[in-house]
Amino acid sequence: MTAIIEVSRLVKRFGPKVVLRQLDFRVESGEFVALLGPNGAGKTTFLRILSSLSRPTLGNVSVAGFSLPHQAANVRRRLGVVSHLPLLYGDLSAEENLLFYGRMYAVDNLARRMDEVLEQVGLTSRRRDLVRTFSRGMQQRLAIGRAILHDPEVLLLDEPHTGLDQDACDMLDAALRQVAVRGRTVVMTSHDLSRTEDLATRFDVLARGMIQGSIQRQDIARDGLLGYYRQTLEQAQNNSKNHRPEAAP
Amino acid sequence: MSGLTPFIRALGAVVWKDLRAEWRSRELISAMLVFALLVILIFNFALELESTVRANVTAGVLWVTFTFAGQLGLNRSMAVEKDRGCLDGLLLAPVDRAAIYLGKTLANWVFMLLVAIIVLPIYSVLYNTNLFIPGLLLTILLGSEGYVAVGTLLSSMAVQARTRDILLPILLFPVAIPVLVAAVKATGGYLQGLDINEIRPWINLLITYDVIFTAVAFMVFDSVVEE
Repeated sequence: MTAIIEVSRLVKRFGPKVVLRQLDFRVESGEFVALLGPNGAGKTTFLRILSSLSRPTLGNVSVAGFSLPHQAANVRRRLGVVSHLPLLYGDLSAEENLLFYGRMYAVDNLARRMDEVLEQVGLTSRRRDLVRTFSRGMQQRLAIGRAILHDPEVLLLDEPHTGLDQDACDMLDAALRQVAVRGRTVVMTSHDLSRTEDLATRFDVLARGMIQGSIQRQDIARDGLLGYYRQTLEQAQNNSKNHRPEAAP
Repeated sequence: MSGLTPFIRALGAVVWKDLRAEWRSRELISAMLVFALLVILIFNFALELESTVRANVTAGVLWVTFTFAGQLGLNRSMAVEKDRGCLDGLLLAPVDRAAIYLGKTLANWVFMLLVAIIVLPIYSVLYNTNLFIPGLLLTILLGSEGYVAVGTLLSSMAVQARTRDILLPILLFPVAIPVLVAAVKATGGYLQGLDINEIRPWINLLITYDVIFTAVAFMVFDSVVEE
């Protein structure tokens, strides 16, 4: 398998605050990686760097064979991003939002592709309705449609379940399984273990600005993810107590 | 669309999106328009001027109205992008970010000109002044272009801050002083029927400002929106 995302010795600072310190991360093509971690661990910052929205302070980042930030346009062409915000215009209809993003991504046969995507996320009947009239769950499904409209190789999901009720979460997961995950490489951040457990093939724990542990799905028991997660965080905490935190360069 | 260059296609998409969304909501235009009409109405009653003096203050009143109404529009135009994360959506697109800047600037320019189109006849009636002078209309075109060119850039900076509503005028007005002075002087010159040779330096200043600030904003937009 070839690595589609490769990150080595990544450092991100905001002023004096070091958010990511010497982070190494590698994702093979076709993997679904859940990036778990407590609030403030640096998950969103890491995903913003992978999506070219934020520049790394130090280190090497490459996505789909292109390095960031120098080849950002090539990376963006191959990426789809879903965040807890829908990235949609409330005063445009569902199909107008897709039309706009399709033009920005220069999608071929856009009208046909829009039909396919709306069908896949189950919003064909609401295609002419304004997005501001949609429920939060419907907006997130349309956000998935927007993210896969240009058929990206890599999908980055940043806490996509935030603010959704149980039913909306289930529908979002179903949409993710049916549409987004198929044949794509996915990196999803979450602190909701139960949601990621059935979706991901690999679980990485990010805490204190570093990947503290990584485990394949087949290596954990059905109800063992929570145990692994807690144990890894505990280990990270003990390590930081025993050793002075390594200063990022 | 397939025959167009990616730059023009992206620019067109951003303009289309802004105009379409505004056509639906009419939030931005109505706020700018109500504000502009209130300003000229308040000035009309507050100043209670003789008809001869009115011609002298018209240029100032007009540009104060356009400036503050325009600032409202600039703030709102970027706030719409930020509030639902749409600015990230724009920045994630594999297009030249200068096309996004130009698209937003063009849309903001259209909004400001729409306000001017409605305000001018009302002002003419209230102040009993003829504002339909070709040179004056050219001044409004040039002055508003310079204003939105620098305003769109600065609003994309200000929108990242928590205090964006306060920050934009603080950043924008000092930078916009040359364009506003030139616009007021040129407008006053046309209203007072001055010789074109006396007005031309101000028009030249407007053109120079427009070219320089549009070019600078075009070049630095990418860095401004980068985290």
